[in-house]
Amino acid sequence: MTLIKTEHEPKLSQGVKRIQPSGIRRFFDLASSMDNIISLGVGEPDFTTPWNIREASIHSLERGFTAYTANAGLMELREAISDYLHRRFTLSYNPESEIIVTVGASEGIDLALRAIIDPGDEVLIVEPCFVAYAPLVSLMGGLPVSVPVKGDNQFELQASDVADKITERTKAIMLSFPNNPTGAVLSERALKDVAKVVIEHDLIVISDEIYAELSYDTPHASVPNATGMRERTILISGFSKAFAMTGWRVGYITAPEPYASAMLKIHQYAMMCASTMAQYAALEALTNTQDEMEEMIVSYRQRRNYFVKSLREIGLSCHMPGGAFYVFPSIENTGLSSEAFAEKLLMSQKVAVVPGHVFGAGGEGYIRCSYAASMKQLEEAVDRMDHFLKVNDN
Amino acid sequence: MRENEQELLRLIEKEGRMESHQLAKMLNTTVDEIEEMLRSLEEQKIILGYSALIDWTKTDIQENVTAMIDVKVTPKRGVGFDAVAQRIYRFKEVKALYLMSGTYDLSVAIEGKSMSEVAQFVSEKLSTLDSVISTTTHFQLKKYKHDGVIFTEDEDDDHRMVVTP
Repeated sequence: MTLIKTEHEPKLSQGVKRIQPSGIRRFFDLASSMDNIISLGVGEPDFTTPWNIREASIHSLERGFTAYTANAGLMELREAISDYLHRRFTLSYNPESEIIVTVGASEGIDLALRAIIDPGDEVLIVEPCFVAYAPLVSLMGGLPVSVPVKGDNQFELQASDVADKITERTKAIMLSFPNNPTGAVLSERALKDVAKVVIEHDLIVISDEIYAELSYDTPHASVPNATGMRERTILISGFSKAFAMTGWRVGYITAPEPYASAMLKIHQYAMMCASTMAQYAALEALTNTQDEMEEMIVSYRQRRNYFVKSLREIGLSCHMPGGAFYVFPSIENTGLSSEAFAEKLLMSQKVAVVPGHVFGAGGEGYIRCSYAASMKQLEEAVDRMDHFLKVNDN
Repeated sequence: MRENEQELLRLIEKEGRMESHQLAKMLNTTVDEIEEMLRSLEEQKIILGYSALIDWTKTDIQENVTAMIDVKVTPKRGVGFDAVAQRIYRFKEVKALYLMSGTYDLSVAIEGKSMSEVAQFVSEKLSTLDSVISTTTHFQLKKYKHDGVIFTEDEDDDHRMVVTP
């Protein structure tokens, strides 16, 4: 058979042409071609999923639970999520109508944005932040508007930063605390102030609280708990970080019924439901893993303390991050850009970190180091970085 | 007990070799404070020793034989099980001794160079004690997990990609 080739220019959508691949991608390609590197570039726990969770999923397969679940997810799981949110953060969401189990928190972000954005809508994005928000807004035809949070203020969000960026086209704001990459948390006070501004301009809030459990010094301030916020907030969370379940891809969104049912429409056509075996694993995580999760949190806190102090000792200035598992030190005094610093460090010392600018405005001049690595690796990384800084100084 | 002390104990129970300067940073305190806490915990006999967990099967050294022995005893008036336990735990062959609930009273872990050495200890020293009514000896065949550490597999491999968002 002869293959006949016809003329075809790829006809990509305007939306997809507007967005760029993640800045992390280039770094990944560089780092993964090298051996014996110490990676502080990983945005996920270094723990393996606790065995009881893995075992529960295996058991679900043995029992033959391999069919679709309800679009919104297993009812038992939604009830467990509702109980959990109430127990941990005094939130209350109806498992029948206000909770959707998603394919990771990432799908939750996508659903939330798709459900609310019309072309031309402006969405405020508090940066530095996780790399997906702005591209997803652009893809939908919305306009991402950066709200840079300043490093000299320990990356704490100020209500005035938000107010300055609001126009008559502003529809929503994306918040994410505890924050990837800065590790900053939102204080009760800052939340209260931001809530005032948000209510005054009648904005929707999409709050990505995937790191909520990883708050080390103060209890997590959940956005829907602030006065007047529940009715306007879409809360996104999941199991990846707190329960070390990144590869399972299971998360959830909670929102008042009108938002939840809109997102459920998209989810039922685009995804059908989250993976059944992952949902059984998630159910076990919420029912029987509190102790193990708390042990992991203690371990992150200890490593955070160790790592921040060690970085300060070798001459990098950084604030003590209140949550997540990242430290975001300033590398400005080296005279290098984030990108140059990260690349040189990787090439000469084989330590992988992520340059701050990939996380948006305010990230230049910083690097993201994940301390979800063993104490041995952290110690070695500090030694190598110390050496790097001394050589760079000469 | 202070919260810091508890955290210190949990850390060194897992990793006894951790150095004071590391512990100090992890627990947000000073090296002097850590060393003072350790000294005090040792004095109070809360910390009884520092040991290493070794998988002897990976060495060319002949591994010792371990047996768990269920012992039924007649408790002594006035002192209960403690007096007989004391008679038993002082033998150097006894690695561990526990008072148990259930069908027997004492669980004795014996270590010896060979099965016959262990058998000899049981028949000559243990079962001949006045208070001992009966013994049942179980030899350990394989060590899968000990003190919370899995011996047979390596779950510690990092399967993560090197850089992720």
